[in-house]
Amino acid sequence: MARLNIKTPLTKDKIEKLKAGDIILLNGTIYSARDAAHKRIMQLIEEGADLPFPIKDQIIYYMGPTPAREGKIIGSAGPTTSYRMDSFTPKLIEMGLAASIGKGSRSTEVVNALKANKAVYLSAVGGAGALLSKRIRSVKIIAFEDLGAEAVRKLGVEEFPLIVAIDSYGTSLFER
Amino acid sequence: MRIIKTADIRDKIAQLSQQACIKVDKKITDAFAKSYESEKNPVAKYVFEQLIENYKIAETENIPICQDTGMVTMFVTIGQDVAFKGEAMEKMIQEGIRIGYREGFLRKSIVNDPIERVNTGDNTPAVIHYELVEGDVFNVVIVPKGAGCENMSRIAMLKPADGLPVIEKFVVDAVRDAWANPCPPLFIGVGIGGNFEKVAFLAKKALLLPFDERSETPYIAKLENDLLDEINDLDIGPQGFGGQTTALGVRVLSYPTHIASLPVAVNISCHAMRHIEFSL
Ligand code: SF4
Repeated sequence: MARLNIKTPLTKDKIEKLKAGDIILLNGTIYSARDAAHKRIMQLIEEGADLPFPIKDQIIYYMGPTPAREGKIIGSAGPTTSYRMDSFTPKLIEMGLAASIGKGSRSTEVVNALKANKAVYLSAVGGAGALLSKRIRSVKIIAFEDLGAEAVRKLGVEEFPLIVAIDSYGTSLFER
Repeated sequence: MRIIKTADIRDKIAQLSQQACIKVDKKITDAFAKSYESEKNPVAKYVFEQLIENYKIAETENIPICQDTGMVTMFVTIGQDVAFKGEAMEKMIQEGIRIGYREGFLRKSIVNDPIERVNTGDNTPAVIHYELVEGDVFNVVIVPKGAGCENMSRIAMLKPADGLPVIEKFVVDAVRDAWANPCPPLFIGVGIGGNFEKVAFLAKKALLLPFDERSETPYIAKLENDLLDEINDLDIGPQGFGGQTTALGVRVLSYPTHIASLPVAVNISCHAMRHIEFSL
């Protein structure tokens, strides 16, 4: 069980080194998107329209925060359950998505896509939204503002604590 | 006849719904500390480290424990010698939630319709259960519960001949199939008996019982212990990465049922089991 400091973008050379069970502290940029935003992103892909952010080597965080108090940039900001995004994820991985961050296990289709395209699935601790919010240093809504908590946000993170749950070799921490 | 102002109910709910989302019963955080000590799996230990720190930050910095501040379930117990003054109680309860979620900067997670899915913008409506009892008591339990764990809950109409073994299997299967989705370590509420809707209600109510106590009915106390052991043998562990702490408590409530029925329901709560209670 290694403890690694990782910087985004998460290029293939970095992904190859990650093993299920590793603990990583992530630094750089990630993008939040959950159920409703995924639906819209898939629509944009179908239409061949521009996407809110580049997919290649990037990381999507399944998260919808509580509102920020005065003087704060974000509220509680932990992961949501990932399986609800399973039907969208393989397509995004094929387009070059490096990682998704959520909680809970993934479908066989997602695991196969991770293996085939050298991508990873990372888990944040579900229900640790207060702690995780402190590791977010910048927040900018970049798409679908009307979705409120579900809008797409560009997040700058520092030492964001994650666990490699399924690595690019298909090894999963959820399997016994 | 005791008179209660519905505006007072509103104000209490507005205040306590905020508190519920940043602080849990100390027994829960104490249980984390104990589990941290006893876990041997290094990833499980790491998860407990994070949970312990998270709950500390939430309380000291007034940040919700979890971003899913839930759909609110409310258990309202009304003594029959109580009368209410002011605007309709139902309206004032919902208003309390509306104010609490706005002033507490809590997430608004309710959509107006299960298919059209437009956010109501104020986290209402809450689901309210009223119970009428003797005397002049007035008590409310506020339960903001997230969807991650609620979605993993289950109900079944078993055959009377199935008995305890099938009930046990049903509960353990629900937890195994849910795996990491409901954010373990979990609290499990089980309902047995009644009819279709009653058993689901019992399962949720069982989550309100002290998780470290056991039923006074010997066979139910044994069932609670057996289920807890079986669930912790699954090696799901905190967040599903393995470990011996999958559930911190299992409580069971039962009710008389029909000669042809054996309803059973399991309601799963994540570690962030947020309840708060008040009386007026
Ligand atoms: S299951 Fe509970 S702890 Fe997990 S995200 Fe939902 S509300 Fe939060």
